[in-house]
Amino acid sequence: MINKVVDNAEVAVADIPNNATLMLGGFGLCGIPENCISALVAKKTAGLTCISNNAGVDDFGIGLMLQQRQVKKMISSYVGENKEFERQLLSGELEVELTPQGTLAERIRAGGAGIPAFFTPAGYGTEVAEGKETREFDGKMYLMENWLIADFALVKAWKGDTAGNLVFKGTARNFNPMMAAAGKITIAEVEELVPAGELDPNAIHTPGVFVQRIFQGTGYEKRIEQRTVSSN
Amino acid sequence: MALDKNGIAQRIAKELKDGYYVNLGIGIPTLVANYIPEGMDVVLQSENGLLGIGPFPTEENVDADLINAGKQTISMVDGSVLFSSADSFGMIRGGHIDLTILGAMEVSENGDIANWKIPGKMVKGMGGAMDLVASAKNIIVAMRHVDKYGKSKLLPECSLPLTGVNCVKKIVTELGVFEVVPEGGFKVLERAPGVSLEEIKNSTAGKLIVEEEIPEMAF
Repeated sequence: MINKVVDNAEVAVADIPNNATLMLGGFGLCGIPENCISALVAKKTAGLTCISNNAGVDDFGIGLMLQQRQVKKMISSYVGENKEFERQLLSGELEVELTPQGTLAERIRAGGAGIPAFFTPAGYGTEVAEGKETREFDGKMYLMENWLIADFALVKAWKGDTAGNLVFKGTARNFNPMMAAAGKITIAEVEELVPAGELDPNAIHTPGVFVQRIFQGTGYEKRIEQRTVSSN
Repeated sequence: MALDKNGIAQRIAKELKDGYYVNLGIGIPTLVANYIPEGMDVVLQSENGLLGIGPFPTEENVDADLINAGKQTISMVDGSVLFSSADSFGMIRGGHIDLTILGAMEVSENGDIANWKIPGKMVKGMGGAMDLVASAKNIIVAMRHVDKYGKSKLLPECSLPLTGVNCVKKIVTELGVFEVVPEGGFKVLERAPGVSLEEIKNSTAGKLIVEEEIPEMAF
């Protein structure tokens, strides 16, 4: 088995250049590659195009990269939790491509699966469809959306092995599996790294073929955006 | 008396049917989960990747890796299943979700909905709303009848950027229940307790269709 293990986030992201296109897994702050984001913030890599469902919050996640003006363009579906993002967007400092969430997920999936475009009904008749090809299938209108591929995909998993196989936990899976497949170089950070052979092959979510580098992450904060509890 | 947001949620819960798979949007729709009739099996979908949303967890069971589409911590019911967002929207786009309940800023009399953007003011993004309204078999909107400035949200045409076209089937507001009819217009089905037809007319800018005696809502 090919050993894909690197020491840490700093080593894993060392060759990410300015102006790279990145995918970052996560939904809200759930399942985001915390270690890789910290390493990019420290490295001050700039001019980045970031494909991520959300843009973090002001002081965590991709929000940290926005604070340092490292991001040139975001491709996202929902960015409501981040005031600095909204400010940069309204002032024109940041370029943003807002994409329906299912379309975003499918564009990334298509990128990993080698499908350059597909038709979806989401956004037909809205400004999302502007400039895009539309077509009727069985009496319903659809619009064409293109795949997304990234120079580097940064994903976070619960467990991974030295061969790059990944297992996710809870709703932290979200965009991570599709992004793992759609990165030319995919970097996986995991809470628990085990030797190849320890994970049950029946229970692996992302096959290692999609992962080029893997490392044991540290110090996960796993910040919660909306802590809601019941008393009983 | 006009309904409060819990009253709107309670009324919408009457639209649920045994065996339904349902997606609840953020805000009033989330409250519908509190009013699922006893003994009815309804599976709630969270579009980030879960079927089988349970109640909010107790403090000791809070798990940062388990959230709903509103980023709230949640629990799972027996029989729950987790999946990727691509699989989740495959379920939605593929028509496997029976009912979508979501909020709106505006609905037009031909069933167009606007709920994601106020140009120059608010740009949060559409999230999963465009995918949901484009594909759900049945869409019910839960919203206030008028906005905070007193302006009707049931309009001849939406003024805000659209989320979807010709998709809303039913609207429940604090004043009543309305069906969006295929030929265009808001057909009044029920009045909220104590709300007069006159009040509904005064708060509705779009075409209102009143075909018969309008009953009061019963819970």
